[in-house]
Amino acid sequence: MKLITAIIKPSKLDDVKSALQGAGVAGMTVTEASGFGRQKGHTEIYRGAEYVVDLIPKIKIEVIADDEAASDIVETISTAANTNSIGDGKIWVTTVDSVVRVRTGEKGHDAI
Amino acid sequence: MINGADTAWLLTSGALVLFMTPGLALFYGGMVRAKSALNMMMMSFSAMGVVTIIWVLYGYSLAFGKDHGGLIGDLSHLGLGNTLKSVVGAEGHQVPTLAFAMFQLTFAIVTVALLSGAIADRVKFSSWLFFVASWITLVYIPVSHWVFAPGGWILSHLGALDFAGGLVVEINSGASALALALVIGKRKGFKRDPMRPHNLPLVLLGAGILWFGWFGFNGGSALTSGALAATALINTQIAGAAAAITWVAVEKIRDGRATTLGVASGAIAGLVAITPACGFVNPLGAMVIGLISGSLSCWAVALKYRFNYDDSLDVVGVHGVSGLFGMLMIGLLATTTANEFGGDGVFMQGGTELLQRQTIASVVVALFSFFATLALAKFIEKTIGFRSSSDDESTGLDQVYHAETAYDFSSISIR
Repeated sequence: MKLITAIIKPSKLDDVKSALQGAGVAGMTVTEASGFGRQKGHTEIYRGAEYVVDLIPKIKIEVIADDEAASDIVETISTAANTNSIGDGKIWVTTVDSVVRVRTGEKGHDAI
Repeated sequence: MINGADTAWLLTSGALVLFMTPGLALFYGGMVRAKSALNMMMMSFSAMGVVTIIWVLYGYSLAFGKDHGGLIGDLSHLGLGNTLKSVVGAEGHQVPTLAFAMFQLTFAIVTVALLSGAIADRVKFSSWLFFVASWITLVYIPVSHWVFAPGGWILSHLGALDFAGGLVVEINSGASALALALVIGKRKGFKRDPMRPHNLPLVLLGAGILWFGWFGFNGGSALTSGALAATALINTQIAGAAAAITWVAVEKIRDGRATTLGVASGAIAGLVAITPACGFVNPLGAMVIGLISGSLSCWAVALKYRFNYDDSLDVVGVHGVSGLFGMLMIGLLATTTANEFGGDGVFMQGGTELLQRQTIASVVVALFSFFATLALAKFIEKTIGFRSSSDDESTGLDQVYHAETAYDFSSISIR
């Protein structure tokens, strides 16, 4: 099993969510996040004093999937989140050792 | 014989001016970081409590009791008990002494509350309360006597003009704020960490309430409800509006964007500048004062970075600088067509004498306020301590002094 983690622009959350639902993904976890990459931050000005805001708001999406579904999900997120501008985010995939559904105790593939 | 119309307007004005202090709490509270927002607002609200008690017990009496040498009043009105039936004001325009005492009380409250902006996020709350009581007694009461009380040396001997408190409120608070900022020192991380306003909508709401209350502040200072109050009222509106525009115009040209903090700050700068002048200039004079003060204070708020003092919310740059500017502009733009009891400035065929008097009054009040506050703040620092501990400042004063948090940011922390 794989954990797909995507950092995207907050304004693209709805697009990515619908695309994933359309692709049959059954669940996801969404977290508000802050960070910077190549986009760096932006400058705000208060009474003439400039403040560099380097940690900018992002959305983190986590999806757990079977090994064979992972690459399609990455593709779906990547397409839906793309605005072709700097700061669109990043997606990475890690291996998951085990998954348990809390209510039923189901494990592995059945718990996804 | 009490004049009903004048009394009604003065009573209303007292309520309007009192409303400025909660407005100031929002204006300042939104400008600080979230972790000390409540402490910032508490400094204003607590001033309403402390100053009221002092004013009733002896404050009004020392400020407006029988004059002694042009410097201070007497103790004849302790507790205000003997003023219940008495009146003040010129024949035909008499109002109850208590209406006047209430009106003046609200000025004292908002003036000391203004000072809290210079020392945001870093002073002990108990020391602040002690400071409020002693500053009102040692600094505010004498200055208000000099300027507002019959017999006071600025009003009755020097003859400088201050309609609604350019000296008493604005220069007084600006100069005192500078002294406080110097004694207390800079916030941890000043110039290094971003300390952006945590809630600009609150700042705008506060600025709106201040603007609204200022009509009582300036209009009420006519102490009558006739043409002079109307002149003061419209001049107040003109200067606030003009300065709001010029502040953001400077921002647009210099920084590239017009900001909401700028439009709020500009309005306040214009209202400050017109405070001493609103009853002595004509509407176009008010517009000139507003237009210049907006850009002047927009420039002056940057001085703290150049000279390295942390006047956190710009009491010096807005109230000190625009207050001084308004006082001096009376010497140029005052006209007896607006107020026969006023004077004529340099540009109104009046010569330079008025400008000289305005300058002397402004400089003396600024020096007195600065050094008296410097001494008082140093005394408090040496005795009960004034500045918060470094840890408390980092944690945030809301939690440390008030056991509260302004916002429940997380749905996890309390269940």
